[in-house]
Amino acid sequence: MADLTVARRGTSRTVTYLVLAIIAVVFLVPFLWLVIASVQPGAALSAHLDWKFTTANFRAVLTPDTIFRPVLNSVIISGGTALVTVLVAVLAAYPLSRYQSRFGRSFLYIILFATGLPITAIMVPVYAMYSRINLIDSIPGTIAFMSAASLPFAAWMMKNFMDGVPISLEEAAWTDGAGWFQSLHRIVLPLMIPGLTVVFIFTFVLQWGNFFVPFILLLSPEKQPASVTIYTFFSQYGQVAYGQLAAFSILYTLPVVVFYSALSRVLGGAFSLTGAVKG
Amino acid sequence: MTSVTPLQAPAVRELDVAPRRGSGNRLARFAPLAPALLLLLIFFAGPMLWSVYTAFTNLALTGSSTVDFVGLDNFTRMAHDASFLNSLKLTLLFVVGSAVIGQNTLGLLIALLLRGRRRLVRSVVTGLVIAAWAVPETVAGFCWYAFLYRTGTLNALLSHFGIEQNWLYTTPMLAVILANVWRGTAFSMLVYSAALSEVPPDLTEAAAMDGASGWQRLRHITLPLIRRAIVSNLMLITLQTLASFGLIFVMTGGGPGTASQTTPLYMYQQSFKFYQLGYGTAMALVLLIIGALFSVIYLRLIRLED
Repeated sequence: MADLTVARRGTSRTVTYLVLAIIAVVFLVPFLWLVIASVQPGAALSAHLDWKFTTANFRAVLTPDTIFRPVLNSVIISGGTALVTVLVAVLAAYPLSRYQSRFGRSFLYIILFATGLPITAIMVPVYAMYSRINLIDSIPGTIAFMSAASLPFAAWMMKNFMDGVPISLEEAAWTDGAGWFQSLHRIVLPLMIPGLTVVFIFTFVLQWGNFFVPFILLLSPEKQPASVTIYTFFSQYGQVAYGQLAAFSILYTLPVVVFYSALSRVLGGAFSLTGAVKG
Repeated sequence: MTSVTPLQAPAVRELDVAPRRGSGNRLARFAPLAPALLLLLIFFAGPMLWSVYTAFTNLALTGSSTVDFVGLDNFTRMAHDASFLNSLKLTLLFVVGSAVIGQNTLGLLIALLLRGRRRLVRSVVTGLVIAAWAVPETVAGFCWYAFLYRTGTLNALLSHFGIEQNWLYTTPMLAVILANVWRGTAFSMLVYSAALSEVPPDLTEAAAMDGASGWQRLRHITLPLIRRAIVSNLMLITLQTLASFGLIFVMTGGGPGTASQTTPLYMYQQSFKFYQLGYGTAMALVLLIIGALFSVIYLRLIRLED
C-alpha cells in the first residue's frame, strides 16, 4: 500500500515535470525566431539555423535614423512620463496614506475605478481635444496624457508603499511643527526609495512598450519613439529585411530586460511583484 | 499594453493623529492631491463627458467645420452596422478565448504545478512566462507573426506532417487568441501563485490523509479558498483584454478583411482612418461603458472585504 503511494507520487511528479517542460518550450518557441534571425545572413521568418553568423543585421540598424533617435525619443517620453507620474503619485499618496477621511476614501475608489477604464477608448476623445488645442505631434502633450493614464495605478502602488512607513516616525516632526511637505520630504521619502524605484521602473517599462498612444498622438517620424518606428519599419521593410527587424526588436527590448532584472532585484524575486501589486 | 491593477480593497487605516498644524483645515490637508485630481479631471473626466456629448454629433475631421447634433443617429447606425456588430462578436470571442479561458486556466495550472518545485524549475518556467509578458507589445506581435506566417517556424515544424498554411489568414482569430494567451498568462500566474501561497498546507494534507484525490483536494479545498483571487483575476484580465489593440494590429491588422477586427481596431479605423470622430467616439463610449461596468462590479467585490 505504502509502496503503491510512493510509486503513484513518483508518476505524478514525472507528469508534472513533463507538463512544465512542455509549457516552458511552448513559451520559448516564439522567441527563437527573434534570436536566430537577428544573427543570420538573409534571415527568413522561420527560426532556421544554418550556423552562419553575422553581425550585419545589427550593424545595419545601428544608425541614427533607425535606432538612436527613436530610442532617444523613447527615453525622453517614457522617462518624462515616469518622472511626472512618480512626482504626482507621491504627492497624492501622502494625504491618502496619512489622513483618514471620507474624501480620501472616495478618492481611492475613484483611482481604482480609473485603473479599470480602457485607455484605448479614452484615446479617441483625447485626440479630438488635442487637435482642437494643437497638441497633436507634441512630445510634452503626449507625456501629459501618458502620465495621466499611468497615474491611477502608480498612485495606488505608492500609497501602499507609503503605508509601510510607520507614522510614529513623523509624529516627532509634527510636534516640532513640521508641515506635510517637510515631513514627506525629510522623513517619508528617504525611507521609501525602493517603492519610488519600483513605481518609476514600472511606469517606465509600461510606457516604453506603449504603442497605441504615441502612434495616435505623434505624427512626425523624428518625434516618434521606438515602439512606433519599429512598427513603421516592419510595415515598410519587414517583408524583406527580417533579420534587421529581429535585430531592431532585440535592441529595443534590451532596456526592458535590464529594468525587469533591476526590478526583481529591488523586490527580491518576481513573486514579490504581486506583493507590491496587492499592497 | 499590459497593465496591472490592484487586487485588494483599500486598507484605509485608523489613524487620525495627523499633523497638528492645520488639522482644522481639511482643504489644506488634501492640497497635495491637487495635481493628481487635475490630471484625472483633464484626461479622464473631461474626455468621458466630451465623448458623451460628441457621440450625439456628426463630428468629422474631414474639413467640414459644422458639427451638428444628430441625436441617436450614431447609435442607430451602430446597431445596424454589420462591421460593428461583427467587431463586438470578435471582441467577446477574444476576451473569453484568450483571457477568461486561456490566460486564467493556464495561469492557474502553472501556479499549481510550480507549488513546491525546485528553485531552478520555478525560475526557468516563471522566467519564460514573464519574459513573454515583459517584451513590448509590438515585438510580441512580430514574434508571433514570424511564428505563424506561411514560411514561419510553425510551418517549418509542421511540414514534416504535411500541414502547411498561413495561419494568420486561415485562422486569424485563433492566431491572435493564442498570441494573447502567450503574452498575458504571466499576470494570472503571478496572481494565483500569491493566492496559493496563502493556502495553509495542513488543510490539503489533512484531506490527503482522509484519502481525497488530487482533483478532489483542488476542487473542494484549494479552489474555494482562492475564489476571491479567481474572481478578481477574471475581472482584471477582462478589463485588460477588452481594449487590446497593438498585438492584433501588428499580427493581422484586423484582417483578412474584417475577420479579426475587434472593436478597438474598428474604432481606430473609423476615427483615425476614415476621420469619423463622432462615430468613433460613440464606439469609444460603448467600450468605456462596458469597462466602467466591469470596474464597478470589481469595486463592489473588493469592497466586501472590509
